[in-house]
Amino acid sequence: MSETNKIKVEICLGTTCYVLGSFRLSALEEQLPPELKSKVDIVGCACLNVCHDRNYGNAPFVRIGERIVDNATVEKVIGVIQEIVSAGGTNE
Amino acid sequence: MNNAERTRRELMIRFIREFFDGTLADSIDRIPVELRPRTEEPNRCCVYKDRAMLKYRLMALMGFGMEEEKDESRQLKEYLADAVEGRNHTGPVLSVCTVGCHGCVDSHVQVSNSCVGCFARPCVGVCPKQAIQVINQRSTIDRTKCINCGKCMTVCPYHAIIRNPLPCEDACPVGAIGKGEDGRVRIDFKNCIYCGKCFRACPFSAIMERSQLANILTAMKSGRPVVAMVAPSVSDQFPGTIEQLFTGLRKAGFTEILEVALGAEMTTEHEAEEFYERMERGDRLMTSSCCPAWVEAAKRHIPDIVPMVSSTPSPMGYAGQLAREKYPDALTVFIGPCIAKRREAQNDPNTDFVMTFEELGALFAAREIDLISLEGEQLERPASVFARNFAHSCGVSEAILEQMGHDNPDANLPKIDGKFINGLDRKSVNLLKMYAKGKLPGNFVEVMACSGGCVGGPCSLAR
Repeated sequence: MSETNKIKVEICLGTTCYVLGSFRLSALEEQLPPELKSKVDIVGCACLNVCHDRNYGNAPFVRIGERIVDNATVEKVIGVIQEIVSAGGTNE
Repeated sequence: MNNAERTRRELMIRFIREFFDGTLADSIDRIPVELRPRTEEPNRCCVYKDRAMLKYRLMALMGFGMEEEKDESRQLKEYLADAVEGRNHTGPVLSVCTVGCHGCVDSHVQVSNSCVGCFARPCVGVCPKQAIQVINQRSTIDRTKCINCGKCMTVCPYHAIIRNPLPCEDACPVGAIGKGEDGRVRIDFKNCIYCGKCFRACPFSAIMERSQLANILTAMKSGRPVVAMVAPSVSDQFPGTIEQLFTGLRKAGFTEILEVALGAEMTTEHEAEEFYERMERGDRLMTSSCCPAWVEAAKRHIPDIVPMVSSTPSPMGYAGQLAREKYPDALTVFIGPCIAKRREAQNDPNTDFVMTFEELGALFAAREIDLISLEGEQLERPASVFARNFAHSCGVSEAILEQMGHDNPDANLPKIDGKFINGLDRKSVNLLKMYAKGKLPGNFVEVMACSGGCVGGPCSLAR
């Protein structure tokens, strides 16, 4: 758990994810609804090593807390964050 | 990222991975079937069409257009054998796969169901050809009079008049693509400037570029030295630093690496000199020449401007010279976001092949090279900031201005009055015709075919 108790959002910048669209996720920070801004910590990360299991079908990946989101788009990631927040969850 | 881009990239990754694994010859004919199994929902009319298009896409990756398919039963592995031997790349760099062409309707303006036949009827009044009448409470366009100018569209308060597009034709700045009598699209190569706008625009991915991947990968695999000449626009394309990118390029199979920005420094220096020479001898105007699609457009569509186009070689031209001098035995590969560079390279003895950023991204993915976890390599001589910014719209002018500041701090020579054409379209081509005739102010025009400069190129990875 991060000391600030924020939900950690890790955008995979491994090459497969990047080539298949994670470069678009840099827009996540600015498109995040204002009420979520203080609740998440968005970072880029090295290969999450999940692409190797799935024959590249589901990249790009994002890890939100412990949860892996595949076919990640800005909208999908925001949806998952909202789910976690409304369930009262944090990074724990 | 749309489905077309995704499919193209996934196919590239697979192609490259299996090429290096040495399994491609055995598997290539099965790839279309494996990627589009009968059990899954097709993207086109049926799964068989999906597979056929994947087959043509694989052919394009090996440098073959559909036009070269004389025998439809010929297997992909036979094309691969040809490509590996270098028996490809005879045709133009773009090719229309007419099998995939949807045969979209001709671009035209039409009235939709949202028309309410309003009292003001601004569409009737604005039409320069009196082509619109209100019949039965609804605006009706007389097709024999309509010139598709679209003025009615802009005035309709209900947005009830729409343009039905022919995307490739609408995207082409020079009218080089359109429908033939059979309803399929053709490129007229007498007029084509290889800007790649149709390639981006086609919603059916029917326009393909002939890749040189197979040739480049073959050279790498054989152990022949291969030089990567990386375009300045690379800066925002990959995660990580340029130093990490260099390490990644070596891991991917390039033996030497050269920043084309170093060529851009030479272009800047010579272009600034050329500008002064021309102004001294009384020239009215000079245009930039580093964008190959612009140079083609000038030659084919604005002959009056050709004498005003700078004769200074492009950054790729200079980088090629540097690479040849330094590594005479190596193959030289320009890596950039551009289709027209493929065309430029055909006439440049120092650039053997061209690879796109998309292809390079696929190469990194296929070889599992994770750029941001690599140790960065110390660059022998990093290029200047101005040279690295060359690929942004206005970057050429800024670099030249900077250069002039160095060379002529208090010169009596004419000041540069720079104008920018940020992306070629029909309107800007007409503007350039006016520049050619001396009807517009300015003595230096920087022309970039892609909006935003090379960074907005058709084969960039991160747009």
